[in-house]
Amino acid sequence: MREYLYYPGCSLKGVGGPYEQSLLSAFSKLGVKLTEIADWNCCGATAYMSVDANMAIALAARNLAIAERSDGQDIIAPCSGCYLSLTKAKAMLEQYPELRAKVVGALGQASLRYTGRSNVRHPLEVLMTDIGAKELKKLVTKPLKNLRVVPYYGCAILRPYKAVSDPYAPTVLEEMISLAGATPVDYPYKGRCCGGMLTSGVQTVGLRLAEILLEAAKSAQADVIVTTCPLCHYNLECYQDKLRKSTGKDLGVPVMYFTQMLGLAMGLSEEEVGMNRLLRKPAIAGVTA
Amino acid sequence: MDLARTIKYEEELDQQFAERIASEPGGEGIWDCIQCGTCSAICPVSIYMDKTPRRIIGLIRAGFKDEVLSSISPWICTSCYSCTVDCPAKIKITDIMFVVKRMAMQEKSYRRFVIPDIEEEFVKMVRKNGRLTESKMGIKVARKSGIGNLLSMVPLAWKLMRHDRLKLFHTERMTNIDELRTILEAMETGPRVTLPAKPSVVPTGHHQEVTA
Ligand code: SF4
Ligand code: SF4
Repeated sequence: MREYLYYPGCSLKGVGGPYEQSLLSAFSKLGVKLTEIADWNCCGATAYMSVDANMAIALAARNLAIAERSDGQDIIAPCSGCYLSLTKAKAMLEQYPELRAKVVGALGQASLRYTGRSNVRHPLEVLMTDIGAKELKKLVTKPLKNLRVVPYYGCAILRPYKAVSDPYAPTVLEEMISLAGATPVDYPYKGRCCGGMLTSGVQTVGLRLAEILLEAAKSAQADVIVTTCPLCHYNLECYQDKLRKSTGKDLGVPVMYFTQMLGLAMGLSEEEVGMNRLLRKPAIAGVTA
Repeated sequence: MDLARTIKYEEELDQQFAERIASEPGGEGIWDCIQCGTCSAICPVSIYMDKTPRRIIGLIRAGFKDEVLSSISPWICTSCYSCTVDCPAKIKITDIMFVVKRMAMQEKSYRRFVIPDIEEEFVKMVRKNGRLTESKMGIKVARKSGIGNLLSMVPLAWKLMRHDRLKLFHTERMTNIDELRTILEAMETGPRVTLPAKPSVVPTGHHQEVTA
């Protein structure tokens, strides 16, 4: 049985709930065991890095050190923000010995050991590499026929530390969409920023970035946007009403997680993958409107 | 009529500024910039910045410390890393934006607006609970950005609650918060981590290519 460590991060326990739900359902359907990292802490996101870089790295490294207590399983980090923080911490501790010495010392005070041996991975890449498109395709019992899907990757799983696919011309999400029986649409902004934290801080800027992505999805006549990150999902899904009011454009497009899409295609129920927790559901056979 | 001088004398510039930035992990590449403007062109928010990323790098190198530390540009940087991966000189521009934010906070020379406040609140919450509670953070953010904004978020918050994605009275926290505090306190004690004037290891990327 395949086993991984699971680093949920704060968002999957909150607004990103449907992501956690569909991820756990899909992995359990695949017979893959996920063990949540014991007493994990926040990865630090971008905010901590803006205030104190050294502490931000130590924060992320604590999770990596706890993971090292296991038998060397890889860590699955579904949130792109967490994926970035954890891979960034690893890269920086590798590159800067001065920083590493300090962080290793600090973790030592809490009887934690950091060697850098844990591998951090995104579930999209795990599914498509370790299990593989061929295996997954065999499990698709309810292909999502005639569904036009935007493959939206966002930033952090494409750059700068550990890309899950070609950073300039990624294809892995398209492959997953196709094996689920749906049609990936041509989308120019696959890796363009969703607005990040600006959607809550400076909305004139943040919402404009979300608007650009939604407008392109509309003109591609997409039925749904598929995302790989809870913040991208939130930014694209949750401001559609606000954007309609401020721009006068209809930017309403359903947004779902790739794990929900895969789960549905593998025959999981709407409830099992948390479709009822989306603000706007895509028109998929078997999914109530 | 009172006229303000718009150009600085050389002695008014801070010659150590660039060195300080270069001594922080991530800042070491600053001298390699060729001012090509690729970063500004690719940046999704440069059209909203008061100084484009290229200009920030140029001003740092020229010693315009006050201008850089009071710029809003680093604060509206979304950390999308597009500039970093496209820079032909392999400068970690995103990391330099982080360095500038930290320095501006330490020297209290940043412009007070919602983003720096959010980042401070975030850190406070993580130090207290070890994790972030999005609902609580959301309320803090909305309050900081004005009552109008707070009210405009109510319908969305309500919707998210009904969809079981937001719990108003729940706090996300880890169990062994003391362990985390021990680690963070150990990070706070002793000297700041700075890079040796010449990096002891050859950084990956550009430098390696030159020496190889
Ligand atoms: S892309 Fe790199 S070299 Fe070009 S201006 Fe920006 S920082 Fe300088
Ligand atoms: S990381 Fe920041 S400065 Fe660089 S392109 Fe993205 S938003 Fe612009």
